[in-house]
Amino acid sequence: MLNDVTFGQYYPTKSFVHNMDPRAKLLLLIAYIVAIFIANNFFGLILVTFSLLLFILLARVPFGRVLRSIKMILFLIIFTAILNLLFYAGGEGDIVLAEWWIITISWQSIINTIFLAMRLLLLVLGTAILTLTTTPVALTDGIESLLKPLKYIKVPVHELALVMSIALRFIPTLMEETNRIVSAQKARGANFETGGIFRRAKAMIPVLIPLLVSAFRRAEDLGDAMDARCYSGAKGRTKYKKLTFTWRDLLGVLFFAAFIAGIVLLNTYFGSRFDIIWQFREWFGI
Amino acid sequence: MQIVAKGLTYVYNPKSPFATQALKGVDLTIEEGEFFGIIGHTGSGKSTFVQHLNALVRLTGGQLRVGEYDLSEKKCKLLELRSKVGMVFQYPEYQLFAETVYKDVAFGLKNFRKGISEEEMQAAVREALAVVGLSYDEVAERSPFELSGGQRRRVAIAGVIVTKPEVLILDEPAAGLDPLGKKELMDLLHSIHGQWCKTIVIVSHDMDEIAENCTRAAVFSEGKVALCGTPQEIFAQGERLAAMGLDVPVTAKCAQILQRHGFSVRTDFTCTDFVQKVLALYRGEGGGAEDAQ
Repeated sequence: MLNDVTFGQYYPTKSFVHNMDPRAKLLLLIAYIVAIFIANNFFGLILVTFSLLLFILLARVPFGRVLRSIKMILFLIIFTAILNLLFYAGGEGDIVLAEWWIITISWQSIINTIFLAMRLLLLVLGTAILTLTTTPVALTDGIESLLKPLKYIKVPVHELALVMSIALRFIPTLMEETNRIVSAQKARGANFETGGIFRRAKAMIPVLIPLLVSAFRRAEDLGDAMDARCYSGAKGRTKYKKLTFTWRDLLGVLFFAAFIAGIVLLNTYFGSRFDIIWQFREWFGI
Repeated sequence: MQIVAKGLTYVYNPKSPFATQALKGVDLTIEEGEFFGIIGHTGSGKSTFVQHLNALVRLTGGQLRVGEYDLSEKKCKLLELRSKVGMVFQYPEYQLFAETVYKDVAFGLKNFRKGISEEEMQAAVREALAVVGLSYDEVAERSPFELSGGQRRRVAIAGVIVTKPEVLILDEPAAGLDPLGKKELMDLLHSIHGQWCKTIVIVSHDMDEIAENCTRAAVFSEGKVALCGTPQEIFAQGERLAAMGLDVPVTAKCAQILQRHGFSVRTDFTCTDFVQKVLALYRGEGGGAEDAQ
């Protein structure tokens, strides 16, 4: 049951995107997210979608694998979409289709809902590309390197990165442990598959308590092991793998600069996402 | 309950870059009443195989019959099967969760026998704790986390045998114990064997443990059963075991050394028997001595 959790699982293969510097990938992801949020109309989002597809192709990760990352948050997307559809209130110019109690459905809310769902989907898929093509270690190295300037205002960047890499490193371990405890309790007749949501939540107690206990035990062991090897923080540490910025990264940055410029252009040229309503009315005479 | 496996295959993470074939056609029969040993390296498929036996891993290829249960049937009565085939995982003490020992041991009973009365449950828990050598009055109301490691493992085993399974499977039951603890645990298993659980299956890579305790054993290698028979038959093939990267018991090593020096000892590889045979040889009684080659 837990093998479904594939969000962020590294997909080992060789590709253009895999070989990029993690720092460049992180910056591109930030640029990508910014692009999603400054895009004001559907043309902008379509451009974003095309760039996403381009990166999926360049990353040589099977398409289904990328799509699977949505599974985890599909519920969230549907939930926010429904809320948005029912409760969106744009104001004056809304063309109301149905109204009941505090619920209003208008053309504007429909358009907005589709827009929002697209944004969320693109967001998750983009992030998935990063985590599918970058190992957790490379990722934290990248984050540490990017956050370096914060050292000057006494932020313990190295320690934060270490905390993060330890957390990431223990995900598979704890996952395996969970599977084992689940099996052990199943062997004693525990039932996780049927019953309502409360019964299922209650059924998880025999799994969560041993898991928590063992997580603490592991944390203590790790602390001892680090002490035993005289770990004392960032001072005087050097890196085994140095990050280098290559032509690939330059290409990526240039591409994204052009991409953002394209979105800004589309924004100013086509105006608001709601213009499509007037356009439709003109075409179909609704 | 007799266990019959024919051509069992299993693949982890099928259709992904992580796909690994754990079982590549396992044929194995375990008779009722055996104290069966399963030997093998990490990744030889032994754990995957034993997890098939109570359907923790569902059958995907081949045939498997456990007593009257045919696991290739879709509508196999899982709960019933699991109450009859008990499974003790590696380091079972890390699976304790309840606030008292009593509640933890009773967990399986409550799941398998819905509507069991409090008195019945108490009697069963008392009995199970007694079998594993713990006093009900002393430990029942204490938190399992207050107990020592060895006691916790006993509690965990009690939590499995409390439902009186016909087959008891233990994955590396003695892992992490000191020699005395190991011996106590094996004695415990022998006392359970026969009366409580008709069949016992242990997974181990400690060859001495297998030689000392098992009536029959199977060696797993690369997802298949490479050797199967009594410990004597298996450990007589020291070279084949070595080729699979497996060791032989200390007694077998000593027997090999004696053999090299021209003394042949016919032993069943248990410690007592080996010492007796060597003593007999030394005194010139057994007639097992052969001329030096």
